[in-house]
Amino acid sequence: MMRLNSDEMARRVAQDIPDGAYVNLGIGMPTSVANHVSDDRLVIYHSENGILGVGPAPAPDQVDPDLINAGKQYVTLLQGGCYFDNAESFAMMRGGHLDIAVLGAFQVSERGDLANWATNDDTFPPAVGGAMDLAVGAKQLFVLMRHTTKANEPKILNQCHYPLTGAGVVKRIYTDLAVIDVTEEGLRVRELYGDNTLADVQALTEARLLPPL
Amino acid sequence: MIVMNKTCESLRAAVADIADGSVVMIGGFGNSGIPLQLIEALRQHGARDLTIISNNAGVAEIGIASLLKAGQVRKIVCSFPRSSGSIWFERLYEAGDIELELVPQGTLGERIRAAGAGLGGVYTPTGYGTRLAEGKETKVINGKGFVLETALPADVALIKAHRADVWGNLIYNTAGRNFNPIMATAATTTIAEVSDVVSAGELDPECIVTPGIFVDRVVTQEASRHDAA
Repeated sequence: MMRLNSDEMARRVAQDIPDGAYVNLGIGMPTSVANHVSDDRLVIYHSENGILGVGPAPAPDQVDPDLINAGKQYVTLLQGGCYFDNAESFAMMRGGHLDIAVLGAFQVSERGDLANWATNDDTFPPAVGGAMDLAVGAKQLFVLMRHTTKANEPKILNQCHYPLTGAGVVKRIYTDLAVIDVTEEGLRVRELYGDNTLADVQALTEARLLPPL
Repeated sequence: MIVMNKTCESLRAAVADIADGSVVMIGGFGNSGIPLQLIEALRQHGARDLTIISNNAGVAEIGIASLLKAGQVRKIVCSFPRSSGSIWFERLYEAGDIELELVPQGTLGERIRAAGAGLGGVYTPTGYGTRLAEGKETKVINGKGFVLETALPADVALIKAHRADVWGNLIYNTAGRNFNPIMATAATTTIAEVSDVVSAGELDPECIVTPGIFVDRVVTQEASRHDAA
């Protein structure tokens, strides 16, 4: 079975980010997608704290302590970028102005329900941030996650067991095994990596998978 | 004719009338655009039983975490309380010593904006069908589900801007504006910490982000010298 590493997973998503897109990358693995978008494409990254045109990390002597991304890492601003307040930033999300959002997930259901902000462990304080706003607002929501948990349990389920971030919001799932589209008919495999077969991937997926068209 | 000058000479004086039990908004996203010196003045002032409205709940022992550590906070309203290093929030939460109202970040912003704009609330699609919408009124508008989120006003907003003029007009530094401009509109008393204060007319009116009508006091970071004296 071929399993991509996190760099390869991020690179695969980057191939599907079109030239000229406005994109929000969630914290964690999704943030690294930006490192793999080819230099011949202009992608304008949105950061929820109020930036359009997020650039790479600054040189250590060029740090502006106020200029951070959603993951609180220091960033720069591209030529042509701009700043705005929280309300305007989230208007961009909810108002359907962002072309693509890439988020991590704990679980995704066959209807495209997303669970990525809380588990069922109530002793652990919850934190939601901007995930619910991105989930309902981006024109296309891509999930980037490992196909299974560390214990090799499926994360693509008939129904999410964890609290939902949004219902019916996921458009496509990129895992370390395959790319899967959420469609009206159900979950349709778009691409299998290496010599992975539909049966291999189905065995690690609770929800029913439809074969590639 | 009055000479308008909203400059406050000391950080201590700027926060002196914050009462026990107040609802206090604090601007910032992580440590970006956060009014650290006003927070320190509030800590020293010692008001207790506070409700804090802010995106995060502080890390290490500075900023909002210093108010948590000092036991001054009864409740926190925020979107992302748990961060790497948010030890004081986690400690109080696990002990049941702080109430948490968790609000999606965009909803937090819209509730604040609604309060500042005189609205009772907003219908947002965010959170519809999730645990964070439980118990709230919902409405289907043009086939899409929305949740009614009510306005979130405050007694005091502590905000951080880059520069003020004496009329209280504000400009910001890079991504440091985040929640500051909307919080400025939503509190009975808005206090802005700035790097410097200039005369009326010195800020380009095309570039002013927060109009002075929303700002009651401006205090420079230099003002701590007065407090030490």
